[in-house]
Amino acid sequence: MSTFTALRSRIPAAVIAPEPFAERAAITRAAAGIGLYAGAFGVTFGAVAVRAGLSVTQAVAMSAVMFTGASQFALVGVLATGGTLLAGVSAALLLGLRNAFYGIPVTRILRPRGERRALAAQFVIDETTAMAVAQPAPRAGRYAFWATGGALFTLWVLGTLAGALIGGEINTSALGLNAAAPAIFLALLWPQLSQARGAAVALGAAVVALVLIPLVPAGLPIVAAAAVAILAGLLPDRRHEKNQGR
Amino acid sequence: MTTLWIAIIVASLGCYGLKLAGVSLPAPVLNHPRVQRISGLLPVAMLAALVVTDLFGANGHYTADWHTLAGVGAGAIALRFGRSPLIVFLVAIAVTALTQLI
Repeated sequence: MSTFTALRSRIPAAVIAPEPFAERAAITRAAAGIGLYAGAFGVTFGAVAVRAGLSVTQAVAMSAVMFTGASQFALVGVLATGGTLLAGVSAALLLGLRNAFYGIPVTRILRPRGERRALAAQFVIDETTAMAVAQPAPRAGRYAFWATGGALFTLWVLGTLAGALIGGEINTSALGLNAAAPAIFLALLWPQLSQARGAAVALGAAVVALVLIPLVPAGLPIVAAAAVAILAGLLPDRRHEKNQGR
Repeated sequence: MTTLWIAIIVASLGCYGLKLAGVSLPAPVLNHPRVQRISGLLPVAMLAALVVTDLFGANGHYTADWHTLAGVGAGAIALRFGRSPLIVFLVAIAVTALTQLI
């Protein structure tokens, strides 16, 4: 046995050549698709933001720093309809609250430390969380998180810049972009319905959110729906424990 | 600095702070079986709620736009046939745009 092979056998295989995992190509394709959607959706946000009275710099700064679409649309939406800044900021923060909950599954999969934690935090949004939790193995989940986060962040910010520069010239409604957000949220939800209690939780959450729409400020129905997931998770479930593969 | 800038900065940093709080939970909390079950179900609940509020709510009242509903419905059919998020997105916006031409 040569020295090289002896040495090689002591190094974990993953250090020498990371073995490709089966889902990698499919994850990359899905992440690219989400990135493209984010680009188109970013154009919408940029245009809407400028029409609501933001400067190009302000619109791009929001996409880069806030980086959570629903909150961004909430803030500019409130401003566009003549609401106060305080109402806009409150709506943005309420909608951003769900990202704190998303931190739980993301941290379980990523186990980030130090600076990486600070960077991972910025990427914790609907799409990255859904992509990460949809993978059967933590390694595929980590790849899904970073691939989706990187593609989405880049194209979201560039899309916002393009939309803000073009501004009032584009009619986002005529392009059918009103359907963009619910369609993509549905696409992210779909594969997760098959997990234990997934369909029941989705239905319960949808009912809670629907009932609360006229009763509480925008953002709160979504946060309240989290209670359905918490309740369902607190109940013991034999089937789920048996199937706990990740 | 304008008040608009202050609002943007407060909301942006606030949203980042919420994300950071979520990823800063200690390991024993994360390893708890109940937390693991809940963490798998949280995206399900919140995504379902987002779909509903996007389709049927605006500024605290009920509303619905049949063009958007038709588009998202078409997207759901694409999902039923195993299409990727990008195809679902394209189908949904195309159908929404086309129904507006009718």
